[in-house]
Amino acid sequence: MAILIDEAKRVLVQGITGREGRVRTRLMMDYGTRVVAGVTPGRGGEEVFGVPIFDSVEEAWEKVGEIDVSVIFVPAPMVKNAALEAIDTGIKLLVLIPDRVPIYDVMEIMRKAKEKGARFVGPNTLGLLSPGKAVLGMMGGRAESARQWFKAGNVGVSSRSGGMTSSLAYYLSKNGIGLSTIVHVGGDAIVGLPHPEIMKMFESDAETKAVVMFGEIGTSQEEQVADLIERGKFTKPLIAYIGGKVAKEGTRFSHAGAIIEGGRGTYEGKVKRLQEVGAYVVDSFQDVPEVTAKILHSIK
Amino acid sequence: MDKESYPYLDKRGKVARLYEYQGKSLLQKHGITIPSGKVAESVAEVRQIIAQLGVPVVMKIQVWATGRAELGGIQFADSLQEAAQKAERLFGMQVKNFVVNKLLVEEKLAIENEFYAGITIDDTLGQPVVLFSSVGGTGIEDIARRYPDKVAKWPIDVLEGLRDYQARNLVRRTGIGGKLQMRLADVLVKLWEVVRTYEARAAEINPLVVTKDGKVCAADCRITIDDYAVFRHPELDIEIAREFDRPPTKLDKIAYNVEKNDYRGTFYFIQLEDGFKKGEGYIGFHGAGGGGSMMSMDAVTRQGFKIANFTDTSGNPPASKVYRAARIILAQRNIDAYFGSGSGVASQEQFHSARGLVKAFREENLSIPAVIRLGGNQEDLAVEILTQYTRDLPAPVEGYKKDDSADFCAQRLRQLVDEYRPSESLKPSPQRPAPKQPYSFKTLTGTVIFDHARCVACESKICIQACSPKILKLEDDKPILAISEDDAQKGKCTECLACELECEFHGNKGVYVDLPIPGLKEYLQERETSQTR
Repeated sequence: MAILIDEAKRVLVQGITGREGRVRTRLMMDYGTRVVAGVTPGRGGEEVFGVPIFDSVEEAWEKVGEIDVSVIFVPAPMVKNAALEAIDTGIKLLVLIPDRVPIYDVMEIMRKAKEKGARFVGPNTLGLLSPGKAVLGMMGGRAESARQWFKAGNVGVSSRSGGMTSSLAYYLSKNGIGLSTIVHVGGDAIVGLPHPEIMKMFESDAETKAVVMFGEIGTSQEEQVADLIERGKFTKPLIAYIGGKVAKEGTRFSHAGAIIEGGRGTYEGKVKRLQEVGAYVVDSFQDVPEVTAKILHSIK
Repeated sequence: MDKESYPYLDKRGKVARLYEYQGKSLLQKHGITIPSGKVAESVAEVRQIIAQLGVPVVMKIQVWATGRAELGGIQFADSLQEAAQKAERLFGMQVKNFVVNKLLVEEKLAIENEFYAGITIDDTLGQPVVLFSSVGGTGIEDIARRYPDKVAKWPIDVLEGLRDYQARNLVRRTGIGGKLQMRLADVLVKLWEVVRTYEARAAEINPLVVTKDGKVCAADCRITIDDYAVFRHPELDIEIAREFDRPPTKLDKIAYNVEKNDYRGTFYFIQLEDGFKKGEGYIGFHGAGGGGSMMSMDAVTRQGFKIANFTDTSGNPPASKVYRAARIILAQRNIDAYFGSGSGVASQEQFHSARGLVKAFREENLSIPAVIRLGGNQEDLAVEILTQYTRDLPAPVEGYKKDDSADFCAQRLRQLVDEYRPSESLKPSPQRPAPKQPYSFKTLTGTVIFDHARCVACESKICIQACSPKILKLEDDKPILAISEDDAQKGKCTECLACELECEFHGNKGVYVDLPIPGLKEYLQERETSQTR
């Protein structure tokens, strides 16, 4: 099964003619993603690797039919408009690749997505990949690398660091542990599908037997995952590594909201909450594959 | 590693802070009353301001720090003389390693009542929330703990904004009614206007006061702007949009301008230490990606190194950006080594980073050991480029791949540094001769310059095939653009640097990519003069 993306999903690339858009379209197609159209305003009628380009998302939808996913590669200041256009046209899953999208733009996208029943991964994400099926974004960089690095199997990966998503997935695969879907939720303070949302999806994915999570200090995503486990909404084994152990807390002021919620966001707080509810928190990054293997063995 | 240096690495909370006086001027512009007053940069200016304002006054140091009162940074004065004496002491106060150079001089308010008003972004909700408390003065965390029933919170619909009745109900929930409720609610609505207009991640008026003569007035103010949105607000005149609790260094600024002027990939640079000497074990750190960088810094710190700077080039930056990053890192003349390492399994094609590093190392005639972990896409090629093309440099350069751990690479660096004896007579790289038959075209951030006199004599014409975007062709046996100059400048030339490096080793040394870094030369000259003096 896998979550969010597989080989059947019909994918649009917004900003397909740009530097990143072009290169990653190649990756996605070579890996098996069904890229059905591209959009770059003003460039309608052209093609990229045989993919037809349209001037607008609406036109793409009219010409190629229903679209399940849009992957957005436009420069950060233009992400809001591109995302709103996709949501308005009726696309239900967006992947916002760029870094440095202004936070009020993200909040507007989120508001619109809620209204229209759409979801988005990112911003500031490498994307996601279901091994052997399809990839969205730039995970793996090249199809041949992605095939070499990531093996199919039963462990889900959710990570707040892009590099560490690949890193975790690579070291797990290398140790014989296959993966259902690997997701980089995005590095920003507000992301469309944070850890807890991904956990809910892994929960209902029959293929996924366990999940490895790379958490980081800041935000309350990991605490919310613990809340899910406590409420019985996430019941699969969770192996977690939290980055930023030695990091000092950031600016208190910018986290005033979180602080009022009850001291969330610190390394200690996250580890303690996750351990309380029975997650396996791994102290050293290198130990992740071994611990995961043991857990998989014990549930077989 | 010094724990104090880590807050810089929490990039998620990236904000640009405004000083109190800057924040207050925004509030005033949007109709919130602030105390009469002005900023002074000298005791003489304090005197002038008081001449107009009268006494009593309050003088507040303008720094990005909490707890200014406890530091002695807020002083009252009942006479001009007292004010001048106290101002003398305030100027020159050291807060977090930097000297106070601005005082906000204001009328002393006769306070009847204190409240708290703030707007921040709730990452769980993905929405702004407005907070109001009928108790003000101390920090909101403290207030919320001690008087939970006096704090009210409301999530703001980012498209609808904060409505007057929502604000009134918010104030009402803390037990305030009547005219006062209306006036406080009005401040909240205006504060929201400020927040939304300038895209603040957080804004706080604490305390918001009612004076004895009935004015509702923002006695203090702290605003932080979303650094990703700073480009839309030139009116704020924010010099560098990064999370700093000290003013940016010269090198920070040079680096920031590189990032600001090149949207491809991410380049983040911050100096963590300055003023150290050769041999003290400081290294230039060049990471890739937040998570992997943090892990790598831990590894290199475990080997007894200290970290001079934090740098992150990721998100598939062009070789030119990595080159500039490396040049800026190497401008820290007293580092003992160079360490590059990210997550180890990069999606980006690592030979771009390799080429950027090679060009920088060659131009600097690298004289300190370097270990670079280039794990990820095309790592074999990347390591080959890095090691082959730096062989003739005075210092050793080693490259590693994804199956080599960060710890292993850090150990290698330790060994290299311990074994390395720098040669006594280090010469800078020879100056490039001026091209006899120049042919050049502009790129997004630089210029590619051929010397066709050399090209004619070149047998390999390696540049044509080395060029990643394939934009060169031969005409009369000389390489020229195969596309329009305009297209090349708009980004068709990806500044991959392959032409220059391949030509250097397999051609006739006939092409050079000029990538200016504004301010760097001056910075280095200035440093040299100040050291020889």
